[in-house]
Amino acid sequence: SGRVGPAGGLGCSESGTFGGPPAPIVFPWFGLDIGGTLVKLVYFEPKDITAEEEEEEVESLKSIRKYLTSNVAYGSTGIRDVHLELKDLTLCGRKGNLHFIRFPTHDMPAFIQMGRDKNFSSLHTVFCATGGGAYKFEQDFLTIGDLQLCKLDELDCLIKGILYIDSVGFNGRSQCYYFENPADSEKCQKLPFDLKNPYPLLLVNIGSGVSILAVYSKDNYKRVTGTSLGGGTFFGLCCLLTGCTTFEEALEMASRGDSTKVDKLVRDIYGGDYERFGLPGWAVASSFGNMMSKEKREAVSKEDLARATLITITNNIGSIARMCALNENINQVVFVGNFLRINTIAMRLLAYALDYWSKGQLKALFSEHEGYFGAVGALLELLKIP
Amino acid sequence: MAECGASGSGSSGDSLDKSITLPPDEIFRNLENAKRFAIDIGGSLTKLAYYSTVQHKVAKVRSFDHSGKDTEREHEPPYEISVQEEITARLHFIKFENTYIEACLDFIKDHLVNTETKVIQATGGGAYKFKDLIEEKLRLKVDKEDVMTCLIKGCNFVLKNIPHEAFVYQKDSDPEFRFQTNHPHIFPYLLVNIGSGVSIVKVETEDRFEWVGGSSIGGGTFWGLGALLTKTKKFDELLHLASRGQHSNVDMLVRDVYGGAHQTLGLSGNLIASSFGKSATADQEFSKEDMAKSLLHMISNDIGQLACLHARLHSLDRVYFGGFFIRGHPVTMRTITYSINFFSKGEVQALFLRHEGYLGAIGAFLKGAEQDNPNQYSWGENYAGSSGLMSASPELGPAQRARSGTFDLLEMDRLERPLVDLPLLLDPPSYVPDTVDLTDDALARKYWLTCFEEALDGVVKRAVASQPDSVDAAERAEKFRQKYWNKLQTLRQQPFAYGTLTVRSLLDTREHCLNEFNFPDPYSKVKQRENGVALRCFPGVVRSLDALGWEERQLALVKGLLAGNVFDWGAKAVSAVLESDPYFGFEEAKRKLQDNSGIDIILGVFPFVRELLLRGTEVILACNSGPALNDVTHSESLIVAERIAGMDPVVHSALQEERLLLVQTGSSSPCLDLSRLDKGLAALVRERGADLVVIEGMGRAVHTNYHAALRCESLKLAVIKNAWLAERLGGRLFSVIFKYEVPAE
Repeated sequence: SGRVGPAGGLGCSESGTFGGPPAPIVFPWFGLDIGGTLVKLVYFEPKDITAEEEEEEVESLKSIRKYLTSNVAYGSTGIRDVHLELKDLTLCGRKGNLHFIRFPTHDMPAFIQMGRDKNFSSLHTVFCATGGGAYKFEQDFLTIGDLQLCKLDELDCLIKGILYIDSVGFNGRSQCYYFENPADSEKCQKLPFDLKNPYPLLLVNIGSGVSILAVYSKDNYKRVTGTSLGGGTFFGLCCLLTGCTTFEEALEMASRGDSTKVDKLVRDIYGGDYERFGLPGWAVASSFGNMMSKEKREAVSKEDLARATLITITNNIGSIARMCALNENINQVVFVGNFLRINTIAMRLLAYALDYWSKGQLKALFSEHEGYFGAVGALLELLKIP
Repeated sequence: MAECGASGSGSSGDSLDKSITLPPDEIFRNLENAKRFAIDIGGSLTKLAYYSTVQHKVAKVRSFDHSGKDTEREHEPPYEISVQEEITARLHFIKFENTYIEACLDFIKDHLVNTETKVIQATGGGAYKFKDLIEEKLRLKVDKEDVMTCLIKGCNFVLKNIPHEAFVYQKDSDPEFRFQTNHPHIFPYLLVNIGSGVSIVKVETEDRFEWVGGSSIGGGTFWGLGALLTKTKKFDELLHLASRGQHSNVDMLVRDVYGGAHQTLGLSGNLIASSFGKSATADQEFSKEDMAKSLLHMISNDIGQLACLHARLHSLDRVYFGGFFIRGHPVTMRTITYSINFFSKGEVQALFLRHEGYLGAIGAFLKGAEQDNPNQYSWGENYAGSSGLMSASPELGPAQRARSGTFDLLEMDRLERPLVDLPLLLDPPSYVPDTVDLTDDALARKYWLTCFEEALDGVVKRAVASQPDSVDAAERAEKFRQKYWNKLQTLRQQPFAYGTLTVRSLLDTREHCLNEFNFPDPYSKVKQRENGVALRCFPGVVRSLDALGWEERQLALVKGLLAGNVFDWGAKAVSAVLESDPYFGFEEAKRKLQDNSGIDIILGVFPFVRELLLRGTEVILACNSGPALNDVTHSESLIVAERIAGMDPVVHSALQEERLLLVQTGSSSPCLDLSRLDKGLAALVRERGADLVVIEGMGRAVHTNYHAALRCESLKLAVIKNAWLAERLGGRLFSVIFKYEVPAE
C-alpha cells in the first residue's frame, strides 16, 4: 500500500503544453523546502549563458543571480553552504552550478518581502515549494509577493531529491558514506558507500521532527512512522537547559560535555553488565536519570546537559529506526535531515547503535547534502525531470 | 537504550520516620504465624510480602452413627455440627512509603515469634541500600533477586489468580476502568515496565521470557528532565504540574508547520511535529506546567510507539504496562493509552494491572517459596483484607494522594484445590460470569448497593444468632457490620476498586467479611434443621411423584426444583402441603419468600436427580466447597445423599455404582464462576462426557451464567425473587426462569 508517484492535484497549474516540444522553463530555477525550523533553497546558476541570452536577461534576473552567487551570507541568518555546491551539473540541457542556501523559517516574511522588492513576479517564474511551510505561507507569497507557489508533496520531493543527488555524485566524490569503527575516536573513519542497490531502503529524515519511510523503488514508498523527538527537540531542550541560542552553539557545548554525569547507565544500577538480559554496563538505562537527585543536578555543567540531550534524542531515533527496519525487513538505513548537519557525534552514535543492537545486521548510511533533498526534489519537479 | 527496571532511584532523600501512627496490627496482620518474607524496595515505596497461616472457625458437619437404630426420633437433627479451628494459608502484601521502613521493620521484629525463617528475598533498586538495615533489624539474611524476573513472576501470578486484574483505562468515559475477564491462556504477552528506564519483555511461558528491547527515555527522564526544567523536585508534583499544562505552547504542532492547510490535507493539526520545537528560542519564557505537559507527552508517546513496534514485531496484541511511571496515575495511564491507540491504530490494547505495584514483591516471594510450590495452588483475592484500587480522582493533589496511599494491603487466600475452566464452556476467553456489570450500569449499581446496605442489619442479626454460645459474637458482628459498610461506601465512590463490580462481588465481599470476624457459616444450624425436616418428607414426596404419569411427573419435578428455591415455612406446613399436594403448593410458596436449603436440595434437587438416574443418566451433583448464605455445601450434600440412600434404593445403588457422583465446585460463593471451578469437577466432566449442564438458583443462573454459552445442552433454572431484577429482565416478581439452550450447530 505504498504511495505511488508524485502527489497530484497539489496546485501546479502550469503543466507542459500540448503537442510539440515543451517550452523551455524560464529562469531563475529554484527549489524551495519550507520546514518547521529551516527553509532550504536550491538555486541553479546557469554557466552556459550565451551573449545573446545575457543581453536579453532582464535586470531583476541578473541581480538575483549576482546576489545569490557572490554572497555566502544573506541578511543576518541566511547562509549558503558553499562546500556543498555542485559544479558543472547538466540540468534540462543547461550546464551550471547548484547552490544550497538555508535560513530560519521565522525569516520567511523577510524572504517574501525581498521577492516583492526585487520584483520576482515580473519574471513569470514558478516557485516550486515543498514542506509544511509551502502551505502555511502560500497566501503570503500570493498577497505580498504576487507569487503563485506550486506546492509539492514533501515525501515525493525528498525521495526524488535523494535519488537524483546520489546519481550525480558530489563533484566526483561519493554522495553516500558510512562510518567504520564509529565508537573508536582513533580508528573511526568516514568512508564512501556506493548505493548501487538502493532498494529497499529505510529513509530516516531528521528535521524538527522525524519521518521514516520505507522505499521499495523510485515511485513506490510508504511512510512507516515518525516521531516528534527530532532536531527541534534537541535544540529546544538545549535552549531551555543551557540558554544557548544557535544549533551550532548547542552542538559545540555538547561536544565538550559528558552525558554519563546526567544519564543513569546500566552499570550505575547493576554495578556492571545486566547479564540476565545481556545489557552492557555502558548502555544508558535512564536518560537524565541521574537528574532525579538534587546533588547530581547541582554537579552537572551546561555542556553535560547539552551532550545528554543529544545522546538521548539520537539514541531514540536510532532505536525507532532499528525497530522499523526489523518490521519492514530492510537492512540499509539512510539518515538525512539537517539535524545531522555538522553533527558527527550523532552520526557516529547512530552508526554504532544500529550496528551494535542489530548485531551487525543493519548499516547506517549518511549523505553529504543531508538537509537539502526536499528542495532538490522541488527543483526537479519544476524542471519536470522524472 | 537499555532499561533497568527498578522504580526510580532513591533520590527522595528518605528520612526514616519512626513515628508511625497507624495501628500496625491492622496492617501487618497474622505476623505471629508469618514465614517466608520478601521485600521490594523501590524509589519511594516499599512492598513487603509474607506468608502466614490464618486460623479460623469452620462449621464441620458429621453424620451420626445410626447403627443399631431402626428409626429416628422426630426432633433429632440429621447430622451434627461442630465448630472447628481450621488453618488456611494466606499471602499478605503491604505497600508503604520508604520513610516508614525502619518503623515497620521494628514492628515486624517485635511481633515475629517462633519463625523458622532465615532469609528474606529482596528485590528493587532500594534493596541494596537497605540491605544492612534489614539484616540488622530482622536478623534475616538478604537474598537479592533479579528485578525483572520477579516482576514477570508476579505478573503471571496475578494474571492467573486475580479475576479482573487487568484493565484498560479510558479517561473520559464512564467507567474509566474497563476490566478484562480472566483469559485462561495468559501467554504470550508483552510487559512494558516503565521505571527510570523502560524494559520491554516478551513473556512466553511461566519460565520463558526474553528482554526484547527497551528505552532509556522513561520515568527517570520525566523526573530528571522535569526537575531541571521546572525546578520541581517530586515526581507526583511534576505529574500534577503536567496535568494542568498546555503542551501546545511548547511543542511545534502540525498546524504550526502547515498553517491552516492541514485540514485540506487530512492531517490532524494537533499532532506534535516536534516536541519542544517551540522552545528553540531565547526570547520566551515557558510555564512550568506547559513544559511538564510537553515532557509527559513526549515520553508517553515515545514509549507507546516503541511498545507498538515491538508488539508488531512479535505479533502480540496484549501489552501490560507497569512501573512507577504508571502506578495508579491516571495522567500517565491516559497518555500511554492515547499513544498506543494512535500508533497501533487500535490494534494493540494498553492494559494496566490493579496490583501492578506488588508484582516485584509477589515475584520475589514466589522465588523464595519455590519449595512450597505456590504455583500449584489457586489463590483468591480476599476482599475483606485488601485495600482495592486507589482513588483516581483527579482533584486529589499529590499530598493527599500520598496520604491516602500510605498503607495499602493485598491479601490472597490459598484455595484448597486448583481452579480451572469448565471444559464445556463454548469460548472460555469470552466467557463473562456476571450478568450485570455494576461498574458500567450506574442505576443497577445504586440499586444493589442500597439493597446490600439495607440487608446488612439482617445479616448481622443472623450472624449473632448463629453463635448463641459465644460471648463476643455481638462484638464481632458489629465489627463485621462496620467493615462491610465501609466496603460498600468505598464501592459507592470507587465502583472499580476491586475490579468489575457485580452482585457476585458484593456477595463474595460479604462472605469474606463474615469469615474475617469468624462467622464462617451463620446458616449452619438453620440448614441442619431444615434438612432434618426435608429428609423426613422425602419418602412421601417420592411416593407422590412415582404415582404420577410421566408427563405430570416431569412437570412436578421441575416445579419442585423451582419451588425449593422459594419457600421457607415451618415443618408442619411443609408436611401438610406435601401430603395433600404433590405439586408442592407452588402458589403458596411464592407468598412466603426466602429460600430453604433443605427443601431445595432434598425435595427439589434429589427427586430430579433420582428421575435422571431412573432414566439411566449419570449425574454429577456439584455443590459449594465452602458455605455461602444458606446454600448447601459439598459436605452437607454428602450426608444428605447418604441419608437419602438409606431410604431410597435408586439413589443407593447409583451411589454404589458411581452413577451418581457428588463433588465440590471449588466455590464458596452464592454465585458461580464457571472459569474457576474445582479441577476435580472439571476432570470428571471431561471423563464422563457430560452433555447436559443444569444450573439452579438465582445466584448461579441469573446473577451469573444467565448468558453463559456452553458447548452442550444446558438448563438454567431460577425464580426471580427480586422485583427490581424481574423488571430488568422484563418479567414480574416470582417469574420463573427456565432456560433450556441447545448449542448452535
